[in-house]
Amino acid sequence: MGDGRLEIDHISKRYGDVVALRDTTFDVRAGELFGFVGSNGAGKTTTMRIALGVLAADSGEVRWDGEQVTLDTRRHIGYMPEERGLYPKMKVGEQLVYMARLHGLSTKDAKRSMEDWTERLGVAHRRGDDVQTLSLGNQQRVQLAAALVHNPCILVLDEPFSGLDPIAVDVMSKVLQDKAADGIPVVFSSHQLELVERLCHRVGIIRNGQMVAIGEVDELRSGGADELIVVAPNAEEGWAAGLAGVTVRGQEGSRTVLELDDGVDDQTVLHAALATGPVIEFSRRRPSLTELYREVVTQETEEDAA
Amino acid sequence: MTTPDVRLGSWEAVRLVAGREVATKMRSKAFIITTVATLVLLVGFALVMKLVSSGADATIGVTRDSSTLAAPLKTIAGQLGEDVDVRTVDEAAGRAQVADGSLDALVIAGADGKLRVVVEKDLDDTWRNALNVLAGQLVLNKEIAGLGGDPATVRSAIANASVDVEPLEEPYPYQSGQLVLGIVAGILIYMSLLLNGQLVAQGVVEEKSSRVVELLLSTIRPWQLMAGKVLGIGLVGLVQMVVIGGVGIAAALGLDVLSISTSAAVGTVVWLVVWYLLGFITYSLVFAALAALVSRQEDVGGVITPALMFVIVGYVIGISVLPSEPDNTLAAVLSVIPVFAPTLMPMRLAMGGVPVWQAALSVGLVLALIPVLVWLAGRIYANAVMRSGGRVKLIDAMRPA
Repeated sequence: MGDGRLEIDHISKRYGDVVALRDTTFDVRAGELFGFVGSNGAGKTTTMRIALGVLAADSGEVRWDGEQVTLDTRRHIGYMPEERGLYPKMKVGEQLVYMARLHGLSTKDAKRSMEDWTERLGVAHRRGDDVQTLSLGNQQRVQLAAALVHNPCILVLDEPFSGLDPIAVDVMSKVLQDKAADGIPVVFSSHQLELVERLCHRVGIIRNGQMVAIGEVDELRSGGADELIVVAPNAEEGWAAGLAGVTVRGQEGSRTVLELDDGVDDQTVLHAALATGPVIEFSRRRPSLTELYREVVTQETEEDAA
Repeated sequence: MTTPDVRLGSWEAVRLVAGREVATKMRSKAFIITTVATLVLLVGFALVMKLVSSGADATIGVTRDSSTLAAPLKTIAGQLGEDVDVRTVDEAAGRAQVADGSLDALVIAGADGKLRVVVEKDLDDTWRNALNVLAGQLVLNKEIAGLGGDPATVRSAIANASVDVEPLEEPYPYQSGQLVLGIVAGILIYMSLLLNGQLVAQGVVEEKSSRVVELLLSTIRPWQLMAGKVLGIGLVGLVQMVVIGGVGIAAALGLDVLSISTSAAVGTVVWLVVWYLLGFITYSLVFAALAALVSRQEDVGGVITPALMFVIVGYVIGISVLPSEPDNTLAAVLSVIPVFAPTLMPMRLAMGGVPVWQAALSVGLVLALIPVLVWLAGRIYANAVMRSGGRVKLIDAMRPA
């Protein structure tokens, strides 16, 4: 028995001359919510499809619990494809029971599980309706139910939050957190970085088929330099320019954003600020995931261009 | 963390997919309507045939003076293949009945032995011929009697005179009943292959265009999905064919419309089922593979048309050539070639006279082709079904993505 980790190990994939994935490697621990971010076309969907076996990798391996993922293992994965897909002319309840049966559940278990999940996701009253008659938001809920109905031991969700209204986002977040709390690895991709930052234990950033940053959100954020925000109404332009180890990031009216080198005492900056007059705000700020992401992605692009 | 045991055997997966197809099709309005409509048409057709074939073709009146003409008139009409109802009436009443249409003609023998026929407007050619022959007989009888002979003896001598036919080859006695059976068999198998084959193609594209295929293929293999779909739809088609074929034959035999033996009828249904299965598997595998190349329902027609042409060509040749010439050489040759056999062979078998070796060879060739098609279609399907967007080239689909 392994540790229940989902490991993506040096996966490479080419489409003709286009390299989609290059030695992509990361792991999702049991009980962890892992956020998978990157621009469009960076390789998120390709990675997930390979993990689900609907696409074959050129090289590399996907492992779960220390063993290579096979068709039998995949029946334990709950999957939400980027391209949402359900039979449009099949009833919600029958469809979910069918999906559960295809994943190996008995008719009885499948039915019970379908009832549980439609109840939990708030679509119980639509069980008897064809999927195509549901609103897009409700179709998303059914899609999530289809990923969960067979009690998966791994969750792989491609853009689960796209197109959801705020209430549905809360429902989805709660379900993902609950599943992770049950001790299974949960990985999802998203462009909504605030959401990723709030929900995920760890984050991986992929760019042009390569993982460029992996780690806990706090860890990644501390990788970027801290910023200091000073609001001093009487300060003149260039008041902080002469301070040792301090870079002025910008000054707009009374608000100045400074970056401090390692080891520089922020109290020196405060003294300098007080020398100009009253100081209304003085705060340290860590970069958000969005800023970090922007930095990582643009920085690499510049490198590529050079 | 508990890991539920979720082993799912290959055939279990195929069975689940097939089960969904059966349940969906059986409940679809289109399926129920086509089946019921076909049944109503078949039984209705049998009833109409029954009504048309019973009852006389014409009603002819004879006057009391000429009532001896009734028997020879019936005999002559019988020789011409017409059924006549002869009534004896008064001349005046007869003329009135001709006028109101309840009699088609009134025959009056004049004092000089000449026949006069009273009709409403005109006498159709068949009956004019029949009555002319009758008039000729009357004259002949009179002449024979005048020469001192016995008309009855002469007539029976004439009736017994006939030629002996010596065939150089043993002809097969094609009965008209069996020809009708062959045509009906042809129509049935053609419609089934056409409709059910297209259902398979549409089903494949439905999964592709709704993207549900990605979810399905994350838990079952492409060949299981394809096999389940083909088997499920094939099973529904089979049930439909057995019901329609069975009810049709039962109606025809029960109403005495088809004058063929029960064993020939049962044989036809059995062959029909065998050839439906062979034909359906052959064509639907091809349809499934071709349909996987496209992503939109609008494109299905275009992509399966080349394969559909084989079904149509076989049927058109069969229906246009076989009824008039059941032993046509071209039809016989084509009916052994696997791509045309499923439509042509059952028609020939229903009409009868197919040498055993030909029937066996055509079945054998199709059985040999099926494994090749399973491999080929499975490969194309698996490679193409996940590629959405434009149409996948057949050549690209032969290689894995």
